[in-house]
Amino acid sequence: MSLLEVDALTVRYGADAVVDDLSFALEPGEALGLVGESGSGKSQTALAVMGLLPATAAVGGSIRFAGTDLRGLGRKAMNRLRSVSLAIVFQDPSLALNPYLTIGRQLTAILHAHDLARGPDALARAEAALADVGLPDPRRQLAAYPHELSGGMRQRVMIAAALLGKPDLLIADEPTTALDVTVQAQILELLDRLRDHTSLLLITHDLGVIAGHCERMLVMESGRLVESGSTATVFRAPEHAATQALIGAATDLAVDSPPAGDSDFLMSADALSVGYPAGRSQRLAAVRELSLALRRGETLAVVGESGSGKTSVARALCGLVAPAGGSVVFAGKRLGATLAERDLGLKRRIQLVFQDPAGSLSPGMKVAEIVAEPLRVHEPGLAREEVRRRVEAALADVGLGPEYLGRYPHELSGGQAQRTAIARALVLRPELLVCDEAVAALDGSVRARLLARLKAVQANTGLGILFIAHDLAVVRQIAHRVAVMYLGRIVEAGETDAVFGNPRHPYTRALIDAVPVPDPLRPAGRNSLSGEIPSPLAPPSGCAFHPRCRWSEPRCVAGRPALERIGGEPRRVACWRAEDPELVTTPG
Amino acid sequence: MLAFTLRRLLAAIPTLFLVVLGAFLLVRAAPGGPFDEERVLPAELEANLLAAYHLDEPLPTQFLRYVGGVLTGDFGPSYGYRDYTVGQLIAQAFPLSLMIGGLAMLLALALGISAGAVAALRPNTALDRGVMALSMTGISIPVFVIAPLLVLAFGVSLDWLPVGWSGSGGISRLVLPVVALALPQVAHIARLTRAGLIEVLESDYIRTARAQGLPTSTLLLVHAARPALVPVLSYLGPAIAGILTGSVVIEQVFGIPGLGQFFVNGALNRDYTLVLGIVVFYATLIVLLNLAVDILYATLDPRIRLT
Ligand code: SF4
Repeated sequence: MSLLEVDALTVRYGADAVVDDLSFALEPGEALGLVGESGSGKSQTALAVMGLLPATAAVGGSIRFAGTDLRGLGRKAMNRLRSVSLAIVFQDPSLALNPYLTIGRQLTAILHAHDLARGPDALARAEAALADVGLPDPRRQLAAYPHELSGGMRQRVMIAAALLGKPDLLIADEPTTALDVTVQAQILELLDRLRDHTSLLLITHDLGVIAGHCERMLVMESGRLVESGSTATVFRAPEHAATQALIGAATDLAVDSPPAGDSDFLMSADALSVGYPAGRSQRLAAVRELSLALRRGETLAVVGESGSGKTSVARALCGLVAPAGGSVVFAGKRLGATLAERDLGLKRRIQLVFQDPAGSLSPGMKVAEIVAEPLRVHEPGLAREEVRRRVEAALADVGLGPEYLGRYPHELSGGQAQRTAIARALVLRPELLVCDEAVAALDGSVRARLLARLKAVQANTGLGILFIAHDLAVVRQIAHRVAVMYLGRIVEAGETDAVFGNPRHPYTRALIDAVPVPDPLRPAGRNSLSGEIPSPLAPPSGCAFHPRCRWSEPRCVAGRPALERIGGEPRRVACWRAEDPELVTTPG
Repeated sequence: MLAFTLRRLLAAIPTLFLVVLGAFLLVRAAPGGPFDEERVLPAELEANLLAAYHLDEPLPTQFLRYVGGVLTGDFGPSYGYRDYTVGQLIAQAFPLSLMIGGLAMLLALALGISAGAVAALRPNTALDRGVMALSMTGISIPVFVIAPLLVLAFGVSLDWLPVGWSGSGGISRLVLPVVALALPQVAHIARLTRAGLIEVLESDYIRTARAQGLPTSTLLLVHAARPALVPVLSYLGPAIAGILTGSVVIEQVFGIPGLGQFFVNGALNRDYTLVLGIVVFYATLIVLLNLAVDILYATLDPRIRLT
């Protein structure tokens, strides 16, 4: 008997079927991948299995778990199965944990509810569960609140909570999408190790995640199952267009050549430092004496894990925080430290797009008004028709037709909202666009299309783009040059092809290694990076990367290597051993 | 926490100073003086009186003298109740106002939170709509209308409860004033609880808790209670102010000899020091209670640091 048997499952909201006639089975001990873009119905399927669909959903078909029809169960009976037989890990651990309760309280509540343990027993079990998922100092973490943990640690807590009742089936719904790439590799490894006899339904839009971890996979599109089979077969010979598109989005790593010729810098930062007050008499140095430069028509990517300081760089360049030191020169002029010190014309020439599109669009305004607003501020004399023309052109630049002019933000999908935000930035015809994780929340193919649009705008106007991202696949798609940041400093910088094709800094290597490869025959991202980025409040001595570096030597602890050119290359690396033959010739 | 409390108390000093200054000027700007009566006093006697109360000095000197007194806890003599100091009058009347206001606050919280929670658990049902319609009515009718209506209904027509203070004693005479004072706050608190709880119940972490198979009681009491009460907590400041002002009306309507009653009489009799004293006392009280609310906030939401 299959562990989970879904037969002709249909989920409707009104007339829209978000899951349409879906059937599949999952065997005991199996790991099954369920892939599709957002909106394909994969998360709705997970919620249906868990019995968590909202009351407005009309459900048809059957869901059998170990022979029991889940849809026929009452609330009490379903509650008894949850945690003990079926458990789920959701996408975003910062939302999925209750911010008001300690980790210990949230874990013991599960044990109490299912009569698994009480009192000190329950605490001991919770502590053991936290130790299992690799949380350092688990006893102390029991008393911690979620906001005191990093994103990766929170997701570990979620996994500990899901496995607390030793369920037969674990559903993981995009468990690593919200996490940094190195942490992602650790979490996937953890899922593999811990699930033991637990079956796994792994839901994701990232084929790279499926490849190393699931034997069999299903592909969904618009609520329907469009392809299924062994992972190796599907990857080798994808039949359906949706599968091909997903595989394409994951493997399209081609880079355009950087703009030829002119090399006058549009923007350059010299010895830039950014710090924030952190509690009493302490300062957090987020960016330390960092220098970088960007040409017209060029895309420079700044990559790093969260905590690397990449967002602080963007904020300082845009004048949102006053740098603690250093200078920024834009188009030959030195920039004021904050927005207040920059004149209006300069502000127009530098535009910023944030990660969260929905949050940056005012809900009461139509798309036309949102995009036109900057024009009202910066070019108040513009005639009405001209405003309209500029707004339509900016929307067309990001691939939105005039039919979107009258929509409100809540009527837009995440991708459309983000495109609106970008149109709002482009309508002023800026010379520099700073994108802070601007496409991080988008699906593979939506993202690829948007990046292609941006490249077209760049080719037409010579726009310089500073691209802040943690996702290396995205960076490869758009950046001419890349700077890798670690704890506030650049550790490696150069042409994207050179850096990614032949990384020379051990940290760059580890980052690239951790990217899940959409190839089931290659081993999943070898996790050569352990632990998480140390606190910028107390950075390690010498080379800040040394506690995590497998090549570290005594001199790495003692002194900090400078960012220097290596060989005859234009690339710069900050590592004592960058040219060490042992490091250069050892793969990975 | 201690540092936070001290800092907030220090920050309150300029606020209180402005309150005293504003109230002082307003009282003086009102026409007439404390000793203007139908019967005109002999000029000599009046001059003596004014001198005794330092009213013949220039205004800035009077103000400084008053502030100096307040700083040492001395609100000066009452001009109206000649044998009492303002401090004595406040000490005598405040306990009664505190009891009525406190009971009204507790009643408002108990009723409001339960009504709001009931509505939130069955959103968009007849029950929910009923509760919300009632609370809308409660919000739109001011205290000075509710109080006489309650008196008419329960005191006069039905004759269940005493309508005034002087008549029969006992607990029953508290019922109408406390209820009248609490009703508008019940309405606000019910709406806030409902909105807060509905939002929390839709949050991702409650979905997680449901997915973990927790029974509804755990879901509500362990997971949802704290976050759902945060909006209610942030309303406590305005609620306290509302009850303070409401009590002025209520004490008048029911003839309760509380601080509000003294305040109104003081204003009518141009009893400068009494009015000023009560204003300063209430302002300090509001500052302290708001500080307490902020501290409570931080205990409820672990992400808030008191700095
Ligand atoms: S300097 Fe040393 S510790 Fe730092 S990256 Fe190079 S080898 Fe590793």
